[in-house]
Amino acid sequence: MDAQTQQDLFEYTLRLGDDALTLGHRISEWTSKAPFLEEDIALGNIGLDFVGRARLLLTYAGEVENLGRDEDQLAYLRDIRQYRNLLICELPIGNFADTMARQLLVDAFELPYFQALSQSSDRTLAGIAGKAVKEAQYHLRHSSGWVVRLGDGTEESHGKMADALSKVWGYGPEMFITDEVEQRLVDAGIAVQREELRDGWQAQIERVLEEATLAVPDVSWQVDGGRRGEHTEYLGHMLAEMQFMQRAYPGLQW
Amino acid sequence: MSDHKLPLFEVFIRSRRGLDHKHVGSLHAQDHEAALGYARDVYTRRNEGVSIWVVKSEDIVASQEHEAESFYDPMDDKVYRHASFYEVPDEVKHM
Repeated sequence: MDAQTQQDLFEYTLRLGDDALTLGHRISEWTSKAPFLEEDIALGNIGLDFVGRARLLLTYAGEVENLGRDEDQLAYLRDIRQYRNLLICELPIGNFADTMARQLLVDAFELPYFQALSQSSDRTLAGIAGKAVKEAQYHLRHSSGWVVRLGDGTEESHGKMADALSKVWGYGPEMFITDEVEQRLVDAGIAVQREELRDGWQAQIERVLEEATLAVPDVSWQVDGGRRGEHTEYLGHMLAEMQFMQRAYPGLQW
Repeated sequence: MSDHKLPLFEVFIRSRRGLDHKHVGSLHAQDHEAALGYARDVYTRRNEGVSIWVVKSEDIVASQEHEAESFYDPMDDKVYRHASFYEVPDEVKHM
């Protein structure tokens, strides 16, 4: 592997790892606070899927980087500007409708994304993606089921679901940006071209929203920056809590 | 949201192929599909199952304690119904 590809692959794996880690941590914040016991356990399970994926990806990122950093060092000892996740993954959990709206946008993207990545010429990424596909199928069934139930529910649940979708909608487009780092890896048969997934994603979301009697949000703004380390005001607070233990007791092991 | 409006479901899990589904517990869910999902999350976290059934608890008809005498006592004096005198071959499992 040449130096450029190695550097790109590290960056790419870090991005996917940070997506999984930040979103997994956010979902874990529901633990003990979900609307009812069964949903609490379901969300805990989903959060663990993401954290498990983050561990695999960050471990691999450390191997590719080859500077001796392991998953814990990458997760707990990087500052906010070094985090590479999509902004949508770091948003606060909000209310239950907010969480389901975010999850629907992400799950509907991740399923075809990881299906495509499971064909990557990088066998480690292909293996991780193959595992992620099975998880994403379940996640999408879970989130779309809730969006339909809340959208096609009471007047109050419909209103909250519509509000949640319009708040998160502008964070969706960032998922479809393929910058030069990822484009070089696409050309090498390693990464997935994100733009190509947009139409299928849009159609999938529209099917769910139609069944939920919800309109596609009429939102013209969109934001990005996570891949460059430019984050929302929320990530710093999340990292402060997530990284506290390793910062206070460096090198702490279970 | 409170859970007391959600219907109760009974969960049955088959732990291995060739075995019967066994009742493992119950849970609340908004519908059958969600009940299957929750059953997967609550009762198969450690690979306990290969198949799950969920049934609305209200759809189960149960025998009553006070009917036990009329239900079961007439069987007491019919020992000839027991296959007590057959030996089960070693090859037959799960009897």
